[in-house]
Amino acid sequence: MATQSIGGRPSGVDSLTLGGLLAALALVAIFAAARAVEPLFQFHAYVFLAGFALGILGLVLGARAGQSDETRYNEAIVRAGVVASMFWGVVGLLVGVVIACQLAWPSIFYFDDYGFLNFGRLRPLHTSAVIFAFGGNVLLCTSFYVVQRTCKARLAGGVWPWFVFWGYQLFIVIAATGYVTGVTQSREYAEPEWYADLWLTLVWVAYLLVFLGTIWKRKEPHIYVANWFYLAFIVTVAMLHIVNNLAMPASFAGTRSYSLFSGVQDALTQWWYGHNAVGFFLTAGFLAIMYYFVPKRAERPVYSYRLSIIHFWALIFTYIWAGPHHLHYTALPQWAQTLGMTFSIMLWMPSWGGMINGLMTLSGAWDKLRTDPVLRMLVVSVAFYGMSTFEGPVMSIRAVNALSHYTDWTIGHVHSGALGWVGYVSFGALYCLVPWLWKRQQLYSLKLVEWHFWVSTIGILFYIVAMWVSGITQGLMWRAYNDLGVLQFSFVETVEQMHIYYVIRVLGGALYLSGALIMAYNLWRTARGDVAAEKTKDSVAIAPQSGVIQAAE
Amino acid sequence: MTYTDVAAFSQQFGLVYMVVLFLATVLYALWPRNKAKFDHAARMPLQEED
Repeated sequence: MATQSIGGRPSGVDSLTLGGLLAALALVAIFAAARAVEPLFQFHAYVFLAGFALGILGLVLGARAGQSDETRYNEAIVRAGVVASMFWGVVGLLVGVVIACQLAWPSIFYFDDYGFLNFGRLRPLHTSAVIFAFGGNVLLCTSFYVVQRTCKARLAGGVWPWFVFWGYQLFIVIAATGYVTGVTQSREYAEPEWYADLWLTLVWVAYLLVFLGTIWKRKEPHIYVANWFYLAFIVTVAMLHIVNNLAMPASFAGTRSYSLFSGVQDALTQWWYGHNAVGFFLTAGFLAIMYYFVPKRAERPVYSYRLSIIHFWALIFTYIWAGPHHLHYTALPQWAQTLGMTFSIMLWMPSWGGMINGLMTLSGAWDKLRTDPVLRMLVVSVAFYGMSTFEGPVMSIRAVNALSHYTDWTIGHVHSGALGWVGYVSFGALYCLVPWLWKRQQLYSLKLVEWHFWVSTIGILFYIVAMWVSGITQGLMWRAYNDLGVLQFSFVETVEQMHIYYVIRVLGGALYLSGALIMAYNLWRTARGDVAAEKTKDSVAIAPQSGVIQAAE
Repeated sequence: MTYTDVAAFSQQFGLVYMVVLFLATVLYALWPRNKAKFDHAARMPLQEED
């Protein structure tokens, strides 16, 4: 797709620069494949090469297709992001169910001959697929939608947003194939090796520039609060990613690298990264979704815009310090642990301020919860946000952490945030976006949304309740002493106790996955333009919006 | 400069820095002249009905 310069005159400079970059990178990939010191590196070099070649092909085909229209929003990229989100969501949840089965029935789901399908390889595949592939694509496509609409400007950068989108998918493919074949630097949530990290850095800087460029040419004088949250997410993730992945490759033609950090500094850097991946990727970014889609769907203004400003600044300035609570009772100095714990507890205030702001936006529209399952999904997500941001600070307290750390309680906490908050707010946004983007009057079936809502809500409850019981049982068994002052239980006895909870977790995860499959079907039928013959209690159809950019008020 | 000096400075500076930032944010959010702007902004997602 060629583009126009700011004056509306076709220029194509963006296509030429991108084409040149891709050609140069393709040469680097050929060179890397030829000089590779190990087969896996060669394999990844070929994957990159294929990606760059497809990128050049896409540019050529796009240039022949004609000019983009500066008077319209770029909705095609949002549609692509919606499809990618749904696809990676189903993949990530499916892998989650598989590894839950492996934990529940290790003798059945252990594959002697297929090592790449075992827990150690699939676990990072699951976490990265749901967080970065599903969550990342949701953030990409909603941010591209929201920034255009609230700035009343077409996405900046011509073809570069497409580079961001496809470049991000290429990163996911490199990361995922690396996990199953054993390419990992063993940093949790930052497993991809140095060359994948460099590629993501390039993609992410392009993302930042596209986003900033769109804000720069906005026709609304005020920058809407959702854009502030997206911006904080993009900038902070760039900073976290670069610092945590500082490393020296063992060979520039091989996969292995060594971190620049070691010992406790390494641990602190990793959990500064890890917790802010939660704070800025899974919280700030998705709060941006809340601040756009909840008012939009409820057709009510933001409850308190002043509160949203305090919410934003308090949240981002507090979150960045909370990481050390992952390192209680370690070599990290006591004062640093206490600092992390204190800031985690302080996070209660901005988190609940934001939750209240989201919920109270429904004032005057509470009745819609009865008739509109999409709005209900968005609101329940905010409720889960409140619950998990209450639980998190409690668990960060050193004495509580002594019981909860390394147990399934942590897994339960993470999933109440991931399934309840991140999952539901994303599903709500996708249910809104598909009719808007494909210009349909309404979703294919609201009844199916009801089914999705109840099936997955029951799934979440099974999941988190099982993990609470399992986690607290583990914690208590690990610290139980007998009269002689010796540990009462061997480790394997504590594992044995977990079996039933792990089976319940499989059930919960399978229900949640089923809900997502119902959703995928519903969205597909909606995009095709079908409408199910069903009695609706009330019309909750929101008319599709035209793609034409309007004048600012 | 010893560890204690650095720790003392960063603790005191950190306190002042966070409090000043917070007060500045609250002042900006509550400043009466900004009210009209924020009331308009609160409706921004709703403005684009066709």
